[in-house]
Formats: sequence, C-alpha cells, structure tokens
Amino acid sequence: MHIMEGYLPAEHAAGWFALSAPFVVAGVIRLKRIVAERPHAKMTLAAAGAFTMVLSALKMPSVTGSCSHPTGTGLGAVVFGPSVMAVLGTIVLLFQALLLAHGGLTTLGANVFSMAIVGPWVSWCIWRVAGKLGASIAVSVFLAAALGDVATYVTTSVQLALAYPDPASGFIGAVLKFGGIFAITQIPLAIAEGLLTVVAMNALSGRAGKADEVGILSGEVK
Amino acid sequence: MIAHRSGWLVAAAVAIIAAPLVLPGMGGKFKGTDDQATEAIAESRPGYEPWFQPLWKPPSDEVESLLFALQAALGAGFLGYAIGRRSSTSDRDGADR
Repeated sequence: MHIMEGYLPAEHAAGWFALSAPFVVAGVIRLKRIVAERPHAKMTLAAAGAFTMVLSALKMPSVTGSCSHPTGTGLGAVVFGPSVMAVLGTIVLLFQALLLAHGGLTTLGANVFSMAIVGPWVSWCIWRVAGKLGASIAVSVFLAAALGDVATYVTTSVQLALAYPDPASGFIGAVLKFGGIFAITQIPLAIAEGLLTVVAMNALSGRAGKADEVGILSGEVK
Repeated sequence: MIAHRSGWLVAAAVAIIAAPLVLPGMGGKFKGTDDQATEAIAESRPGYEPWFQPLWKPPSDEVESLLFALQAALGAGFLGYAIGRRSSTSDRDGADR
C-alpha cells in the first residue's frame, strides 16, 4: 500500500518529487530508445505495464492480519532494466491516485520513489547478481521480484519514519514501527509475487528455462 | 513440463495468500496497511489532519471495487492477449522459435 494523500509534510513531498523526477525523465528517454531500436519489444513493454497493473490491483491478506498488494515491477525491471519501470510504475500510481483515492498526488513523488525506482533497481541488481552466481533464470527472477517487492515497502516505511519520527524512540523506532506494518505484511505477498512473476515470464516468452528467454522478451534476440 | 511447473507455482502462490484466511490462530481484521499506518500516525501525532484530500473518491465501496476490478481486468486482458499472440507466432514459425 502506498503513502496516503496529504500525509507527507509539504517539504518531504517536494523533496521526493525532486528525487524521483530525474529517474522518470531518464526512463522516458530509455523507453523511447527501446521502442525506436526494437519495435517488436513493444508487446513485452506493454505486458510489463499490464503485469504491474494487475498485481497492484490485488489486495491480498497476509500473516500479520492485514492486507497489502504486490507491485509487479520486477518483471519489467529484469527484462528492460530498472529505468523503464519508473515510467510504467508512475502511470499505475497516477491511475490509483486519481481514480481510487489510493496513494495520492502530494505523495506521488514518494510513492514513485519506493515502487517505481527503488523496487525495480533492487530487482535488477538481484537479477544480475543471482545470474553471476550461477542461479537459474527462474530462481533469479523469483528472487529479483520478491526482494524488489520487499524493498519497495521498506522504503515506504523509511519515508514515513522520516516524516513521523517516534516521540520516544526517534527515527529508528519509527522505521521499526512502520516496517512492522508495511514490510512484515509484505513478506508472504512478495513470495507469491516472485512465483507469479516466474509464471508470467515463462508464459510471455514461451522459452522457459532457455538461455535466451529474457533476450527474446526484451527484443534483443530476434 | 513448463505448463506443469507453472501450475504448481500458481498453486503455491494461492496457498500462501489463502493461508492467513484459513489457518487457525492467524486471524485479524485484514485491514489495509495504509489504514494501519494512518492509525499509527494518529497515535504518535494526535490531531494530525492530512493537508490535502484526494480530488475524487469513489462514492462507495462498490464503485471502488468496480475500479479495482477494472484495473486488474484491463491488465490481465492484455497479458492474455500478449501470451496468446506469442504462442501463435511460435506455432507458425516452427519449433525452433
């Protein structure tokens, strides 16, 4: 779940906008380049956006007795690199802020930073490291999607803790408090998201387990 | 074989999500984490009022669930289309594609 409308002080909201904006601009440039260089990758690009839309619409119950939703940004981050997801994630967050009163416009910069920037970058790094360590494509994708999901909500917790440090235990106490709400709830959801991302990627590529699976999806392998 | 594995992976995901609902001792109100965060903020900062309101709110839970379902349906619809198109081109191009 995202930070609620009007719940970040104006300076924080502005700061997160300023921090997120360059990533979104870089993402637009990268997106245009991909579409120009490999037009046949358009289908996978749209599918990566669609996957994020589906998963972030599904609010799931968790072991903590509360509900949250996955992010679905890992798929696109693995296939196209993290910067593209800054754009696709922003579109989904805007849709939810405008039509569902979920998240918000003043908190959009902060929510873009957690879901569309930190999550995808963590996913992409995990994907590269796991591949280098010799993990299979399926295991690497699973870890990338699941840990990117958790990283998104750890970021949300830190953002709220910066705005609302605990009167007694300070910033660290607030990180733990908000982390207990957001990040712990997210763990089983992140595992489910990792599994579903592997399924979606296999189905989209039709090349499960083959070395060129991701290359086919990104359009780099014809 | 891959279809087989996908089936198991989806089943595992469903089990993970269903577990908190059916396992004894794992109850709760299953409210959203954003509502819980709002409550936590209200506790540490009594009287805090958000300084900005959503421009538009779904007028009821029904309308809200319509829009969430629409979001999921649009995404899932396109994913199905993309998967179908991919598998039909690989059928046409032969086994090496």
